[in-house]
Amino acid sequence: MSNVKSNGGRGEQLLAWIDERFPLSKMIKEHATEYYASKNFNFWYVFGVLAMVVLIIQLITGIFLTMNYKPSADDAFASVEYIMRDVQWGWLIRYMHSTGASAFFIVIYLHMFRAMLYGSYKKPRELLWLIGMVIYVALMAEGFLGYLLPWGQMSYWGAQVIISLFGAIPYVGDPLVEWIRGDFFISDITLNRFFALHVIAVPLALCMLVIMHILALHETGSNNPDGIEIKNNKGPDGIPVDGVAFHPYLTAKDLVAINIFLIAFCSVVFFAPEMGGYFLEHANFEPANSLKTPEHIAPVWYFTPFYAILRAVPDKLGGVVLMGGAIVVLFFLPWLDRCEVKSIRYRGWTYKFALACFAVSFLALGWLGLLPAEGVYTLLARIFTIIYFGFFLLMPFYTAREKTKPVPDRVVYHK
Amino acid sequence: MSFSKAMRFDKFVYGLLAVAMIGLSAGVQAAGGGGGLHDSVGNDVADTASLQRGVGNYVNYCMGCHSMQYVRYNSIGEDLGLTDEQLINNLMFSAEKTTDLMTIAMPPESAEQWFGQAPPDLSLIARSRGADYLYNFLRGFYLDESSPTGVNNLLLPNASMPHVLWELQGTQRAIFDEVEYAPDVTRVEFVGFEQVTPGKLTPEEYDMFVRDLVNFLDYAGAPEQLERTYLGIWVILFLLVFLFFSYLLKNEIWKDIK
Repeated sequence: MSNVKSNGGRGEQLLAWIDERFPLSKMIKEHATEYYASKNFNFWYVFGVLAMVVLIIQLITGIFLTMNYKPSADDAFASVEYIMRDVQWGWLIRYMHSTGASAFFIVIYLHMFRAMLYGSYKKPRELLWLIGMVIYVALMAEGFLGYLLPWGQMSYWGAQVIISLFGAIPYVGDPLVEWIRGDFFISDITLNRFFALHVIAVPLALCMLVIMHILALHETGSNNPDGIEIKNNKGPDGIPVDGVAFHPYLTAKDLVAINIFLIAFCSVVFFAPEMGGYFLEHANFEPANSLKTPEHIAPVWYFTPFYAILRAVPDKLGGVVLMGGAIVVLFFLPWLDRCEVKSIRYRGWTYKFALACFAVSFLALGWLGLLPAEGVYTLLARIFTIIYFGFFLLMPFYTAREKTKPVPDRVVYHK
Repeated sequence: MSFSKAMRFDKFVYGLLAVAMIGLSAGVQAAGGGGGLHDSVGNDVADTASLQRGVGNYVNYCMGCHSMQYVRYNSIGEDLGLTDEQLINNLMFSAEKTTDLMTIAMPPESAEQWFGQAPPDLSLIARSRGADYLYNFLRGFYLDESSPTGVNNLLLPNASMPHVLWELQGTQRAIFDEVEYAPDVTRVEFVGFEQVTPGKLTPEEYDMFVRDLVNFLDYAGAPEQLERTYLGIWVILFLLVFLFFSYLLKNEIWKDIK
C-alpha cells in the first residue's frame, strides 16, 4: 500500500491514489482544464464536438441493433422489421442509427469546410488534416458497409454498383471484385463479411483515428477564425492571452451547440425519419431481389457528389479514377495551398472566389448524383466536375501571389 | 481589410450556403413526379375508426393473396383498440393465436404459376410506394380486353393483379386523347375515367373504402408513427428547456471574458 498523504476528503484521496498509478489529473489538465483555445470560436467550430456526439450515438445504438439484427441473407430484412416492430424501443434505436449516418456526414462536411475557410490544414496542422482525411475515408467505408445490412433493394443494388467499380481496374479488376464479394454475386457471404467489417473493423479503426486526431490537435493547438497562432502571444502566466480553457469555457459553449444539434437531430428521428427518402430510401423497404434491378439506382445522398463525378466520365475506368481522384486530391490540400495567410478573412479575392465555386460545385454534384445521368444533367455534371478539380489543381497558381490583407496580432473578439 | 469587413464576408458565405441549400431542395422537389394519376389520399393514421375499417377491408379483400408477414394481430389490436375477442371473430380467419403474424396459406411457388409473379407481401408497401400511389393504383383499374385479367391499370401498366374490388367499384373505361403539346408532336394522354357498370358502392363510397384501406397500409408500414410523433413533441420540448438553461450557463461562465 502506498502512503497517501492528502488531507482532503475521500474523493481527493482516491484521486491521489489513482494519480500515482495512472496520469488521470495530468490528462484532464492537458486536454481539458489547461488546454487553451481561442476565445473567438464561431459557429463553424462546433462540428468537431458534434462529430464526437454522433460517433457516440452510432456506437451505442449500433451495439443495441446488433443484439437483434441477423446478418444472413434469409433473415436480415425480417430482423430489421422485427427491430422496428417487436423490439421495445427498437424503432427509436434504428431511426437514431439511420439518421445518425446522415448526420455524421452533414457534420463532417461542415467540419471540413471550416478547415477550408480558416486554413486549419496549413502548417503546422498538416498531419491533423491527413488524419482527418483518413477518418473521412473510413467513415465513407463504414456508411457503405452499413448500407448493405438492411438487405433491401437499394442495399443490394447500391452495393452491386459500387463493388463493380473495382472491376474497372485493369488486370486485377475481376478477381478483386470476386475477392471483395467472396462470391460470384452479392450474397449471404458478402453480407456476413460486411457485417463483420461494419461492426468491428472500421469502428475500431475510427475510434483509434479519432484519438490520434485529437492528440494531433492538442499538440499544435486549435486554429481560429482569424488564423492566428495564439501560442505566439502568451501572458506572464504562460497562458495565451487570447486563449480560454477548453473546460469550462468551450465545454459550456459546446453544450449549447449540442442541444441545438440534438433538436435538429430529434426532429428528424421523430418527425421525418425517412427525410423524404434521402436518409432512408423508399426502394429499400423492398427486400433485396437479385433478379429485379430497380429502375433508378442512386446511392445515399452523402456519396452523390462522387457518384456524379463517376458518371460524368464516359469511360468506366476513367470515371473510377476521377472519382477516386476527387477524394485523393483532398489529402494534398496543405501542399496545394501556397498562401501564408490562413483565414479567409484576410485572404485575397481569388481564394474566396475559388472556394465559393468549389462549394457550389460540390453541392451541385451532390444534387446531380441523385438524378438520372442523361441529357443536360450529364453536361452539368461535367462542368461542375471541372470546377471541382479546378479548385484544387489550379490552387498552387492562384494562391501563390495572392493579394492578402494584413493579419492582426490579436484575434477579433466581440463580447 | 477592416474587421467589420471580415465579418461581412463570413455572413456572405453563410448567405451563399443558405441559397445553395434552398436551390438544392427546390431542385430535389422538382425532380420528383411523373405521369398518371396524382390525387392525394389525404389519409390520417390518427383516425382509429378509419384504421379499424381499413383492417377489415384488408383481411376481407386483400389477404387472400397478400400476406403481411411482419405484422402481428395483437399489435393491431393494441394500436387500434380492438380486444382479442374482436380480433378472433373479425380478423383472424386462419390464424390460431392473436400473437401470430399475418401470414397466408398460399404457397409462393403456386402463386407465381397462377399470376406470373407471387403477390407481394404488403407490410411495407406504403413505405416503398407511398400512400398516394396505392390510393391511385386501387382507383386506376380500367377495362382492357387485351389483358388476360380483362383490366389494366393506369399506374402499373400490364399489372398481373386483377381488379379484386370490381364488385365494389363497378367497371370503368379509361379515356385517352391525343394531345398536341408542340407543333407536330402529339402524345397520348389520359383524360379521365367513365363508369361502365355501377358497383355496389357509389364513387364517393368507393374512394372512402380505398382511403381507409390505404390508411391501414400506411399504419402497418410504420406502426410506431403515432407513438413516435407524440413522443417527439415531448423530447423536443425537453431539449428546448435544456437549451435555455445551457445558454444561461454558458453566459454565466463567459461573463468575465473580454
